[in-house]
Amino acid sequence: MNKLQAESGKTVQAYNVIGTPRPKVDAYAKVTGRALYADDIHLPRMLYGKLLRSPHAHARILSIDTRRAAELPGVLAVLTGADLPQKFGILPSSQDEHALAIDKVRYVGDPVAAVAALDPDILDEACKLIDVEYEVLPALMSIDEALAHPEVKINDEARIGNIHKAVSYEFGEIDAAFAAADYIREDWFYYEGNNHAPLETHACVAQWEPNPSDPVGGKLTLWSSTQTPHYVHRELSKVLGVPQSHIRVIAPHVGGGFGGKSDPFSHEICACELSRRTGRPVKITCTREEVFLIHRGRHPVKMWIKTGVRRDGTLLAMHFRSFLDGGAYGSYGLASTYYTGALQTVTYKLPCYKFEGMRLFTNKPPCGPKRGHGTTQPRYALEVHLDKLAHDLNIDPVELRRHNLIEPNTRTVNGLRVTSCALDECLAQAIERSGWNAFQARKNATDAPPLRRGMGIAASSYICGAGKPIYWNNLPHSAVQIRLDRGGGVTVYCGATDIGQGSTSVLAAIAAEVLGIQPERIHLETADTTLTPVDLGSYSSRVTFMAGNAALAAAHKLQQQLFAVVAEHLHVPAERLHAANDGIYDEDDPGIMLPFAQAVQLAEARFGALVAAGSYTPPEDIHGDYKGAGVGPSPAYSYSVCVAQVAVDEETGEITVEKLWLAHDVGLALNPLLVAGQVEGGAYMGYGEAVMEQQVFRKGRHKIPSLLDYKLATTIDTPEIETILIEIPDREGPFGGKEAGQGPLNPVIPAIANAVYNAIGVRIDEVPITPDKVLKALKTLSQGKGTGLQPTHSPSPWPTRLITWQPEEDLVADGQRTGPVSVRGGES
Amino acid sequence: MRELITLHVNGERHEVAVLLHHTLLEVLREDMGLIGTKHGCELGECGACTVLLDGVPVLSCLTLPVEVQENEITTIEGLEEHGKLHPLQETFAELGAAQCGYCTPGILLSGVALLQTHPHPTREQMKDFLAGNLCRCTGYTKIYAAVDAAAQRMAGGDPANVHPQVEVAHE
Amino acid sequence: MLRLPPFRYLAPRRLDDAAHMLVQEGEQAMLVAGGTDLYPNMKRRQFTPPVLIGLQAVAALKSISGSPEEGMRLGAGVTLATLANHPLLMQLYPALATAAGSVSTPQLRNAGTIGGNLLLDTRCNYYNQTEFWRHSIGYCMKKDGDVCLVAPGSPRCWAISSADTAPVLVSLDAQARLLSVRGERIVPVRALFRDDGMHPYTKAADEILTEIILPPAAGWRSVYLKLRRRGSFDFPILGVAVALRTAENGTVADARIVLGAVASHPVEATDAARLLIGQQLVPEVIAEVATVAARRAKPLDNADLTINYRKQITPVFIRRALASFA
Repeated sequence: MNKLQAESGKTVQAYNVIGTPRPKVDAYAKVTGRALYADDIHLPRMLYGKLLRSPHAHARILSIDTRRAAELPGVLAVLTGADLPQKFGILPSSQDEHALAIDKVRYVGDPVAAVAALDPDILDEACKLIDVEYEVLPALMSIDEALAHPEVKINDEARIGNIHKAVSYEFGEIDAAFAAADYIREDWFYYEGNNHAPLETHACVAQWEPNPSDPVGGKLTLWSSTQTPHYVHRELSKVLGVPQSHIRVIAPHVGGGFGGKSDPFSHEICACELSRRTGRPVKITCTREEVFLIHRGRHPVKMWIKTGVRRDGTLLAMHFRSFLDGGAYGSYGLASTYYTGALQTVTYKLPCYKFEGMRLFTNKPPCGPKRGHGTTQPRYALEVHLDKLAHDLNIDPVELRRHNLIEPNTRTVNGLRVTSCALDECLAQAIERSGWNAFQARKNATDAPPLRRGMGIAASSYICGAGKPIYWNNLPHSAVQIRLDRGGGVTVYCGATDIGQGSTSVLAAIAAEVLGIQPERIHLETADTTLTPVDLGSYSSRVTFMAGNAALAAAHKLQQQLFAVVAEHLHVPAERLHAANDGIYDEDDPGIMLPFAQAVQLAEARFGALVAAGSYTPPEDIHGDYKGAGVGPSPAYSYSVCVAQVAVDEETGEITVEKLWLAHDVGLALNPLLVAGQVEGGAYMGYGEAVMEQQVFRKGRHKIPSLLDYKLATTIDTPEIETILIEIPDREGPFGGKEAGQGPLNPVIPAIANAVYNAIGVRIDEVPITPDKVLKALKTLSQGKGTGLQPTHSPSPWPTRLITWQPEEDLVADGQRTGPVSVRGGES
Repeated sequence: MRELITLHVNGERHEVAVLLHHTLLEVLREDMGLIGTKHGCELGECGACTVLLDGVPVLSCLTLPVEVQENEITTIEGLEEHGKLHPLQETFAELGAAQCGYCTPGILLSGVALLQTHPHPTREQMKDFLAGNLCRCTGYTKIYAAVDAAAQRMAGGDPANVHPQVEVAHE
Repeated sequence: MLRLPPFRYLAPRRLDDAAHMLVQEGEQAMLVAGGTDLYPNMKRRQFTPPVLIGLQAVAALKSISGSPEEGMRLGAGVTLATLANHPLLMQLYPALATAAGSVSTPQLRNAGTIGGNLLLDTRCNYYNQTEFWRHSIGYCMKKDGDVCLVAPGSPRCWAISSADTAPVLVSLDAQARLLSVRGERIVPVRALFRDDGMHPYTKAADEILTEIILPPAAGWRSVYLKLRRRGSFDFPILGVAVALRTAENGTVADARIVLGAVASHPVEATDAARLLIGQQLVPEVIAEVATVAARRAKPLDNADLTINYRKQITPVFIRRALASFA
């Protein structure tokens, strides 16, 4: 399937499109204001909708009376939970949401009713006229409160108290390993929750078109700012009782997602139902505050880590416990729970590993996937813990990592298959580019009291797409269809959703490379459940790898057809043909050439309409065979190393992150401009999480649901970012490519934390690292006390069956690189 | 009751019947079909709704149309002329300064205003001028590169000379 | 989308017309200039005035005049951007240029006015929230409720004076000109404030702030330091305005230290300032004065960062402000 990769001997320079920096295919639409986003859509007779949301963190609904709202002139429809009784949820194993609350509300912001009106100006008044009687219940607002009060049951999905899920795994002989260790260290860490804060708020337009001669009654179209049209498609069908064949979900341009637009949402379902009832299009655009309440953001996680090592720093055993604050509903939380324990093993060699994870329900907006999805928090814990270990053992923190790095083509103790891995190269490049050795050698030389400087490092890895789909099925994860028109036009169809990362451009580049045409010629239809074959969505960094491979397969089929007829026509063996520069020619004699459009006509005459489809399903043998093994496996892993340089003001505790170096093993950068953009964006977001972003609550509600109070880094705050792209093509990635959308974020937070320690000798074991914590830590340091992070009151015994598992012996490492190493760097 | 007002937008005179309490953001998007101007918060906390008023960046979400009838309003749609893009639009596209594109209209207009008053802006000046435009995707890195490249292009530099800064080092 | 409530809009071109309209419309009218403080508050329904009297068209409010000898007169409608970049201001009253230039963002400063900033609504993170949020918590004393949520036992409102220019103007001993149908009066800027989060200004409802008058610089130097998390957008968590005049021998002849964002009004640390008189600006003196001045700051938990932190930072910032003159 992947003939065009480095194994065949072609280097990056041999490609015409792949590997060159190019504008995104939608760049010009975006810079001219032509790109349409959901709220830009205006349809004739369109109504405006709004959700009424719960003012209580936890309450029973005693009654809802919508009469007064319905009678307000201009209001055309009002919905309550009784109108949409079917439960839904992104995960089949936690279908715990109602579009509108029926018996209970579980957080301030939980949707309770929906209205549609002629005029957006009367929506607030209409909502105020809905009379809801509540019986307020006690609210639990933290992991510790949730554990301490099982009698206050928030969500029936929890079997025991408010424990949504508990998992417990043991890989390898962990007790023996700890017993054999020369040194053991334990640490607690806390990572506060945070929000995706895409600049575009959630918005959708639903349009029901009645058709009395259709037994179903009509067809529904939903335009929505979503990352996952396919999953929205399925849940809409279930809740509305309309077959999927009669629902069309389209993602227009999406103004950022980062995981926050990957669930099916109440506003989408309600807009559809309101449209069905009124016969008119209905638009619902959420306010910024609503984005904070919809949330599905990063879980707050309390983590405990214990490792056993040999005196030389070799990791022997690790025991990791995570406690996730899930908010009021499941969302992706079960997967998040597994993710907090899954990837510890793919960065460093770990012969024995025990993981216990627990997700709690609380009366807060539900948490879900945010860039890094459940691996960001443990990465912070692990990389700071390793730094502390290095310090305890008097080993250089870089050497400690180098000593333990995982090797390519190995199987981890929890059954994950690592293939390509250029982590050592990432480490080397990050160290060199940042001047790490020189800095550490003359540390404090650049200090200008009260400013003290430090550098910190962290390594990380991420998946290139989840190995398993969200709902169990044996269907492809991604498919691409390509049509060649006899006029020379090329149309590529794929369900993949461009949320700014450039997935559409990747499809165009791949098709263009294989067919030998300019990518600008290609018309792309994406993210439309009626027109495009299913791609599961833009989450888990899957699109380049999976949709890219599907595009390769489809393009290749068409290339075969074109080459067959051109070979005949030009009297050249097909093996000598090459497609490039809008033509197909003899490699040995490029003058012998047929222009692309003519080739297409010949092929259509021979084969009929030229339409090909390609699909991609991840390999089966990439995971262990135990329950829960489905989270963590991926057809490939990307690797990243971050070096952070900080200056800390010892009098005010303010941290200035002066520069971030990000070395990222991307396999092969299909478009280095877009890859670098993702690295920089991930670094920026990691920086924000490290020092200023926090989804915090007070008196039962979100304390700061605005862009003024929830701090997003501005141009003034954002550090200089230097991107270093490392390329060892992956043998299964399209052209060797791997992901870049999420991996680079993870190492930034621990690198900054480690840099702060390097600067002022204090450990802040909580994220975000804010000035008040720094000052407090400096004070405690001077008093000789600890960090003060209290352990979580956790149940004993661990409330679930322990699963033990060992990988089989025949999965061996060959340690061989599969292609040339190439390194790219970009100054910011 | 709607009131008839006159707005000068992108060099054109428009009579628009508006509700007085609708902000310029809402009138542009909902009454005039100019959906290029975006909104991220409606409270002046993000800069997505930036438009130019006589060349000066302001927030359309906090501007009343009735107050700006004597001013020349420029929206993103007005940056191009007869389909020819402003150099900053060109370099934004060429150098990857727009990812999701949602902050792009606002940040382009702030950038254009910057280049008007500072034809060769330093990095510090870029940061200060763009400090009121949040971007969630790019880390601002390629935005600075695009402003720089546009400055060169506007000073008569060869357009073809502007290249994305991604070096390749081989073993 | 968050939208404004409906209102009638009046746009006088002359100051006396504006003053008359204010009386005619009475309590239901509010004045608005740049709108950068009022419109967000209206969208969140802190205010729902049926009538807005816009001052944007009143040319008289936009003038700036003055000289080093005479002092300066700043029309209340002059934008913060204009002030931040004004050469005379930057030379003679740098703290004011700094403060004006530190407000929010370039876009907002292009519309926001000095008058609007001086009369900024007080702020609190229980108050500056949407109507939905405030309804969900049962409202607060400052708007629609009875209890101060940050100090539930307190009989008064503790919303914070959050303007950057306010402490600076007090430290510069500026004056304010107020106009109404009843006539005109000039008051020291410091007399404009009241220690009350709900009614923080002594300006009468029928008065319009028309002008800020700065006394001649005459050897006064000034500095403004602002504590906030980010480099733009954010209001001050602490503002320190210091103005001082030194004698020939380098000792302090006169000084004013004013703290912003620590109370419902700008707080003058007069005792601390007095300690400076006759002293050289050496570290020990600075440290002592900063400690004394910082005692005037009693932050509550209704702004960003923790109370303890803000208390700890206050003397540091005052020290740094004083040290900048040395």
